Amino acid sequence: MKLLNCPVNGVRPLSEFIFGGECREMPNPETSTDLEWASYVHYRDNAPGIKKEWWYHSPSGTWFIAERNTLSDEVLSTYLHGKAPAKNTKEQSA
Amino acid sequence: MAYQLLKYALGGEYKEPRFFRDCQTPKKSYDAVIIGGGGHGLAAAYYLAKDHGITNVAVLEKGYIGGGNTGRNTTIVRSNYLTPDGVNFYDASVKLFEGLSTELDINLFYSNRGHFTLAHSESAMRTMRWRAEVNKHVGVKSRVVGTDEIAKACPQMDLSCSGKSPIQGALYHEPGSIARHDAVAWGYARGADSMGVEIFQNTEVQGIDIKDGQVQGVQTSRGYISTGKVLSAVAGFTPRICKMVDLKTPIVIHPLQACVSEPMKPWLDTILVSGSLHVYVSQSSRGELVMGSSLDPYEFHSTRSTFDFVEGLTSHIVDMFPFLSNVKIVRQWAGMADITPDFAPIMGMTPIKGFYLDAGWGTWGFKATPISGKTMAHTLANDKPHDLIHSFRLSRFEEYELTGEKGAASVGH
Repeated sequence: MKLLNCPVNGVRPLSEFIFGGECREMPNPETSTDLEWASYVHYRDNAPGIKKEWWYHSPSGTWFIAERNTLSDEVLSTYLHGKAPAKNTKEQSA
Repeated sequence: MAYQLLKYALGGEYKEPRFFRDCQTPKKSYDAVIIGGGGHGLAAAYYLAKDHGITNVAVLEKGYIGGGNTGRNTTIVRSNYLTPDGVNFYDASVKLFEGLSTELDINLFYSNRGHFTLAHSESAMRTMRWRAEVNKHVGVKSRVVGTDEIAKACPQMDLSCSGKSPIQGALYHEPGSIARHDAVAWGYARGADSMGVEIFQNTEVQGIDIKDGQVQGVQTSRGYISTGKVLSAVAGFTPRICKMVDLKTPIVIHPLQACVSEPMKPWLDTILVSGSLHVYVSQSSRGELVMGSSLDPYEFHSTRSTFDFVEGLTSHIVDMFPFLSNVKIVRQWAGMADITPDFAPIMGMTPIKGFYLDAGWGTWGFKATPISGKTMAHTLANDKPHDLIHSFRLSRFEEYELTGEKGAASVGH
């Protein structure tokens, strides 16, 4: 069973989590052009690598950030949005 | 007989000719370079040569031809889509498929089975009615059928699905077929090769050279090739190729898994799909049940397969067919599906002159092989998108003109 470390509930089976897509900064909708907004909504650099992603722990309703290598599926760290990533929380992923 | 076989084996001269030349050293330049030796790339090469007389073409394949998603899909061909543009496009593909064994002079085992998309709820029935009406409007044979007709076509199925999700009806699509997928790649490869196209296997593209917004050439593991036109037809590798030209797309890669059972005597004539149970199944000409499922739930650039997948898929198969509970699964695998937000492909021109995309094929690419090849060849030859692929252009996203086909994806909605 693949596991993921929820920053609130600790290590839980992956089946309890939902993938929320890449975490990206939203441009200011008041000042961005139509093209900038379309780029934010649709366009991505989806080449494999280490990505900052939204994940959701479904039973507890916790949204958090995971830094994950999308080529090897290795999770490097998980933390709540806005909280500095804790050191040495290298996750199991096999 | 045994002696003759032994003599033949040791003789070293095999009468079966190669399908295409074993090209090793690329020329310095080509009129067009196609990245990806799958069905789509090879079909594009074939139609470039056949329809447009452009034969100075190289197809570059990182592995071996047909070894990517062309050889990993569940071989279903159908055109019962949701948008008129989608239905027209896939219908043109089905028509090409029907004559393809003859055209390519190779037995594709194209087998017309009829295709049932099962509905287990009133909302699913509503989508079926919608698809049936759009299909009929465009002239494609699809209609909504009741459980009596499903039972007649597939008496082995438990229509209550073990009491868990009773079937209410289905969308029946008469032209639905299956074909031998790798033979499609081989057939197009042979056809293209015989007209002069050069196919390079084990040849990786490492970079694409662009000057003033125009493609100049391609850096490969077999040296530099100069060309003004590059077609990327690499499915799950699209984001990596697009990164070389600094092009952003909405494509996200998810693994898509499938498996086959041990072979049995023929019993399943039709193709069955259930969106609610996340299952599609047909019986191949070898007697194996070919079964597919929904996408893996998160982005991942890998072709690994999982036990979770087999466990989940087979439990639903057994709900539909309780008598299969003792049947063995003999192979499982995964492909990298390049998913778009609207479940329609991305085809045609890009902001980079000379860089063409045939991508975003997600879980729906095999059935489009002939028509994508034909329309992309037209697009490359004329430097202008073919009319049939207008709705699939990359710029539709920034124009907010999406081509919503999610309701026609086999499963996963």
